[in-house]
Amino acid sequence: MSELLLEVNGLKKYFPITGGIFGRVKGEVKAVDDVSFYVKKGETLGIVGESGCGKSTTGRLLMRLIEASDGRIIFEDKEITSMSKSDLRKVRRDIQMVFQDPYASLNPRHSIEKILEEPLIVHGIGTKEERKKRVKEMLEVVGLSSYHAKRYPHQFSGGQRQRIGIARALMTKPKLIIADEPVSALDVSIQAQVLNLMKDIQKEFQLTYIFIAHDLGVVRHISDRVGVMYLGRLIELADSEELYENPKHPYIKALLSAVPIPDPDLKKQTILIEGELPSPANPPSGCAFHTRCSECMDICKTTRPKEHESNGHYVACHLYNE
Amino acid sequence: MAELVKNTVEIPTLQTEEKTISPWKEAWQSFYKNRLALAGLIIVVFFIILAIIAPLAAPYSYDGQTLTDRLQPPSSKHWFGTDDFGRDIFSRVVYGARISLWVGFFSVLGSVIAGTLLGIIAGYYGRWVDTIISRVFDVMLAFPSILLAIAVVAILGPSLQNALIAIAVINIPNFGRLIRSRVLSVKQEEYIMAARAIGMKDSRILLHHILPNSISPVIVQATLAIASAIIEAAGLGFLGLGAQPPTPEWGKMLADSKQYLVQAPWTLFFPGIAIALTVLGFNLMGDGLRDVLDPKMKQ
Repeated sequence: MSELLLEVNGLKKYFPITGGIFGRVKGEVKAVDDVSFYVKKGETLGIVGESGCGKSTTGRLLMRLIEASDGRIIFEDKEITSMSKSDLRKVRRDIQMVFQDPYASLNPRHSIEKILEEPLIVHGIGTKEERKKRVKEMLEVVGLSSYHAKRYPHQFSGGQRQRIGIARALMTKPKLIIADEPVSALDVSIQAQVLNLMKDIQKEFQLTYIFIAHDLGVVRHISDRVGVMYLGRLIELADSEELYENPKHPYIKALLSAVPIPDPDLKKQTILIEGELPSPANPPSGCAFHTRCSECMDICKTTRPKEHESNGHYVACHLYNE
Repeated sequence: MAELVKNTVEIPTLQTEEKTISPWKEAWQSFYKNRLALAGLIIVVFFIILAIIAPLAAPYSYDGQTLTDRLQPPSSKHWFGTDDFGRDIFSRVVYGARISLWVGFFSVLGSVIAGTLLGIIAGYYGRWVDTIISRVFDVMLAFPSILLAIAVVAILGPSLQNALIAIAVINIPNFGRLIRSRVLSVKQEEYIMAARAIGMKDSRILLHHILPNSISPVIVQATLAIASAIIEAAGLGFLGLGAQPPTPEWGKMLADSKQYLVQAPWTLFFPGIAIALTVLGFNLMGDGLRDVLDPKMKQ
């Protein structure tokens, strides 16, 4: 359980902003700015943050769907960041991805059978009969029926399509699945079904998840540990219970205080975050959150806080640095 | 929250008599319902059959001259009359279908293949590759197409085959641009990202995912382009740059008989009507295909 599966060190992705007639680089969007974390075998690491905080970019960087500007990603002692293209394709057998929009992530011209079979064909796994058999098995695993194999994506509902997306990710028997907002496009009732399905198959196949979402409730439900991102930086990372019960960073305190609790008699104080999310092209100096922080100190405006750790609870905030 | 919802599945239980239709079959079904498009298809099929069975359908050979029967009006012996060499116009029109369809089909096939290839490369790889290919297209489109065709024929020499090549060349940028713009939008789709995440090679992504999803406007454009290619071939033939005598090319027939316009109008009328009908057929068919294959036209 405690074995490391994935380690990320100082991951950065700066997107250049070009402009003018000659396409000169005018600036950079720091989509992911020095993010480090690790994932243990068999656990679910949730990554939350508001839109534009770089959580999806992080997911894509891990699969090298986009190239990182800097940093190292180590998967099972192999460094992904420096791998050749052909080695990378082999590693992708072990790392699969579930996408956000089930209406866009399946090729509309391919039947379900073809969509599910393709990962096996690409990696040269099994004979034709074995592949067809596995397609049917996987459809059953995700709660569909084998006779759905001949259908096309437009004949399914959003929830069913997301099940197909999950089945596709499972086809090559991966070790790590990166789920990029897998339920945010779904209806709330369907969200729960898909989340429970993901939990069930995690047990069944000993999977490790990186679960990216913006919904605090969803992330709490599925994750063992949760990391929170703000403007491209990972500002707090802790066990799920610990983070939700005992948040340290003022940003997360404020976020959690805003989550509605279904109890009308409960009195609680909501901390309001003021101001707008700063532009990632021009992030504030020092701590990225200092412009909106209720407990901002002088040092926050000048120095970026270092990560502070106690009992596996990481937080990047000057309040906890001596 | 989720504990309350059991992990049940929302599948309708119509298991028997389940008909699954592929997107292409579905397109055919709605094409079949479009009367005008179907009429276009019938015209096109009629001319194709005519072209195939030309030796059986034509009562005379296309170059057999009977000088005693010069410029005869239509009669039971010569249905469409005869031309200034006493050749049977009906037979020439029937054989002409072979030539026009051949030129139309193969010139468009050539430009579709070349255009698709260049367009896909430009769209998928982008950057400087795209810049080079797109600027070449722009330069080609800056010329009036018939002028460009004349230039190509002038270099290669006047013959039917060279006219075909010229028509293919001038149509390449149309297809190239069309497919490039489709590829640009299709490659942003999440299923392309998914394909890369699976570990697919570029070549497989291009052939299995991007091409099938980009090709439908090309099919429409190709059908319409066959029509204009036939006109362009006739135009080149008319100018004496295409088919050479005694080849019964429709445009050439028009050119040869223009001096008899008053004296023997049937010499112009029948090749003209053949051109018009074929072009109409392809255009109707193309319009129908567009309605069927354009996702925006769908309900």
